[in-house]
Amino acid sequence: MALPNKPLGEIKAVRDPEVEEREVDILIVGGGMAACGTAFEQKKWTPDAKILLCDKAAMDRSGAVAQGLSAINTYIGDNTADDYVRMVRNDLMGLVREDLIFDLGTHVDDSVHLFEEWGLPVWKKTDDGKNLDGKKGQKAGTLKAGATPVRTGKWQIMINGESYKRIVAEAAKLALGEDNILERVFIVELLLDANKDNQIAGAVGFSVRENKIYIIKCKTMMVACGGAVNIYQPRSVGEGKGRAWYPVWNAGSTYTMCMKVGAELSMMENRFTPARFKDGYGPVGAWFLLFKAKALNGLGENFAAGDAAKAELEKYAPYGTAAITPTCLRNHLMLFEMKEGRGPIQMDTVTALATLGETMDKKELKHLESEAWEDFLDMTCGQANLWCATNTEPEKKNSEIMPTEPYLLGSHSGCCGLWTSGPDYDWVPDAYKITASSGKIYNRMTTVDGLFTAGDGVGCSGHKFSSGSHAEGRMVAKEMARYVRDNADFAPALSQSKEELVDLVYKPVRVYLDNCEYTTAEDINPEYIKPAGMALRLMKATHEYGAGTATYYQTSSKSLEVVMELLQVMREDCEKLAAGDLHELMRAWEIYHRIWTVEAHLRHIQYRKETRYPGFYYQADYPGQDDENWFCFVNSKYDPKASKWDIFKKDYIKIIPD
Amino acid sequence: MPSFVIAEKCDGCKGGDKTACMYICPNDLMVLDPNAMKAYNQEPDQCWECFSCVKICPTQAIEVRGYSDFVPLGSSVMPMMGTEDIMWTCKFRNGLIKRFKFPIRTTAEGTANAYADLKGKDLDSGLLSTEEVDGRVLPTPIATV
Repeated sequence: MALPNKPLGEIKAVRDPEVEEREVDILIVGGGMAACGTAFEQKKWTPDAKILLCDKAAMDRSGAVAQGLSAINTYIGDNTADDYVRMVRNDLMGLVREDLIFDLGTHVDDSVHLFEEWGLPVWKKTDDGKNLDGKKGQKAGTLKAGATPVRTGKWQIMINGESYKRIVAEAAKLALGEDNILERVFIVELLLDANKDNQIAGAVGFSVRENKIYIIKCKTMMVACGGAVNIYQPRSVGEGKGRAWYPVWNAGSTYTMCMKVGAELSMMENRFTPARFKDGYGPVGAWFLLFKAKALNGLGENFAAGDAAKAELEKYAPYGTAAITPTCLRNHLMLFEMKEGRGPIQMDTVTALATLGETMDKKELKHLESEAWEDFLDMTCGQANLWCATNTEPEKKNSEIMPTEPYLLGSHSGCCGLWTSGPDYDWVPDAYKITASSGKIYNRMTTVDGLFTAGDGVGCSGHKFSSGSHAEGRMVAKEMARYVRDNADFAPALSQSKEELVDLVYKPVRVYLDNCEYTTAEDINPEYIKPAGMALRLMKATHEYGAGTATYYQTSSKSLEVVMELLQVMREDCEKLAAGDLHELMRAWEIYHRIWTVEAHLRHIQYRKETRYPGFYYQADYPGQDDENWFCFVNSKYDPKASKWDIFKKDYIKIIPD
Repeated sequence: MPSFVIAEKCDGCKGGDKTACMYICPNDLMVLDPNAMKAYNQEPDQCWECFSCVKICPTQAIEVRGYSDFVPLGSSVMPMMGTEDIMWTCKFRNGLIKRFKFPIRTTAEGTANAYADLKGKDLDSGLLSTEEVDGRVLPTPIATV
């Protein structure tokens, strides 16, 4: 038997990959909901432009909606965009970009109408209050024509969404053309222009299917590669590491790639630690909203309705006392019970289904059971299996719920991301507009000229979810079309040579090949570290010092100092990341992206001297909210020339009255 | 809940251009061993249990076994994809079997309207292409501070 000091993966990496250079007008980085929106919309505004989309995976099943979804969480319908802003603002404890949210609210329904036209089954409510799904729902008329959706909350609508992403990707691919799409190409670094300051000019990445590097020049670019997952030690540390609530392949690439070329970040201290069904991480939204289930503490009490909870929430008025309790405060109440020894927390599925069943016949009851299972099978199949493996029939046995490890994202109930321009409307404050070097204002452009983002990438604007991310991608398409028109003369030039870029991207391969034969087992070698090992090092550090689950999400100034030092050493050791095959090279770049993103997250937490989001994290040295000093955004900027961070306050401007 | 490949059922997609599971896995986990002509999951602890490989496998050679961290043995959840529906067979550890059928799309695959011929008119308005066709007028805030 050969010694185990050879690369394991099927596609071995070679020292000198092939290089393909391309030049396009518009580059779309990512293939999820936002990028699919851009792909659908782009050619309608730039029929003659050269466009390229690069997706790390395959668009049919890439991004957060890969598995499907059982609901669309943002559909405005009969509500107003003004109320949408009020909801998001309250959930995110007052600090949001109301211009971005309002703007999104005016477009999101158009994307939902397209989804339904393309074939996504949307549930409908009949006049006598029955729910129709699938083709029955379709026969009841379309949303666009005025049919009534099945609302769970005020903003959510139910769908049969197993194939949601396949349907959306199909339209995107048809609109953009397969020739303009590269799947399995992982873009890892953005490139600034050689001649013009603060101007995006291209990107570099590699194929995970063949030894090939892509160097792509462009006039403008959108980066939408999702949020950041597996950055904190998950509650399951073996095989279950993969059972992240958000897609496990989201590596913070959006934030890292943009910040590394100097794009300003905003509210990176924000995070999301969703309370979900324990271990399987199945969704709780339908259980709370559609089935009206209650969460009980270990004593069987509906603790969230008790006087103690009410008193606690009053400390966080006006957010805590609003009709809908903000997500972080719901976690806060749950954590309080757990810490006081009144856990574990149970979702009372038994009572909920029994109560609903009181007014139902046998057939309706059967359908209700089916709806409960579909909620999992459409988007978290593994939770359904966990029910099967533990002999859990929800009408007979309750299931435990628990807050997860932290995630960073900008499209769900979180709002970290890039600082982007608002639209150039009269009602939008000037301070929210970013003027490009041409003197014009481009909606959703970052502080780097020509660089746009959408979905999880746009900061201060949560609660977009799948539909809002798609709509935002479409909005960016139009802005990039304007940018290309206005900058027709711009000829992007890169400052790095082809050789320098190959050296950069394939560095982990060279480190591996130079050293792998020194020891008899490839994973243990003093000259390098494998990405899998670095991933565990990052998770351990954040878990223990960065307000992970180990400390019930609490950190302190001293802990933050420690973790910043650990991160610094990790970044040094990243120079010795090693990859023997292309899959491992992808993992090497992912962990590199994760480390930068986490550093931004913790720098922001360190800077904000208050606890803005109790339930998501606690800064022990600064408990509670300090509106007098901290009712503002926190922005940061990495200077790529000086290799320095700058972090500062940015004014919040209220637009929509209470 | 990592996916696994049943050796006897996998034919490596007969050496065609695309190995279905390898093509679709969002996390680049499924790979083909070209000598054995069988696929396998190369990194089970990064499996999101999204079932994309299970759903796409032409020979039903892929299933999932719950994460060893917390899922007891003995259950299975298996989908069967149709063109309009998906059928699920959920087998409990205690032998109970539940079957569900859910709609997945209302149109034929490949027929999504991409509005390929639609050309936007006013590049400087805030309207998206299909909103422009509908003659929408974008609302402004009802009131501002």
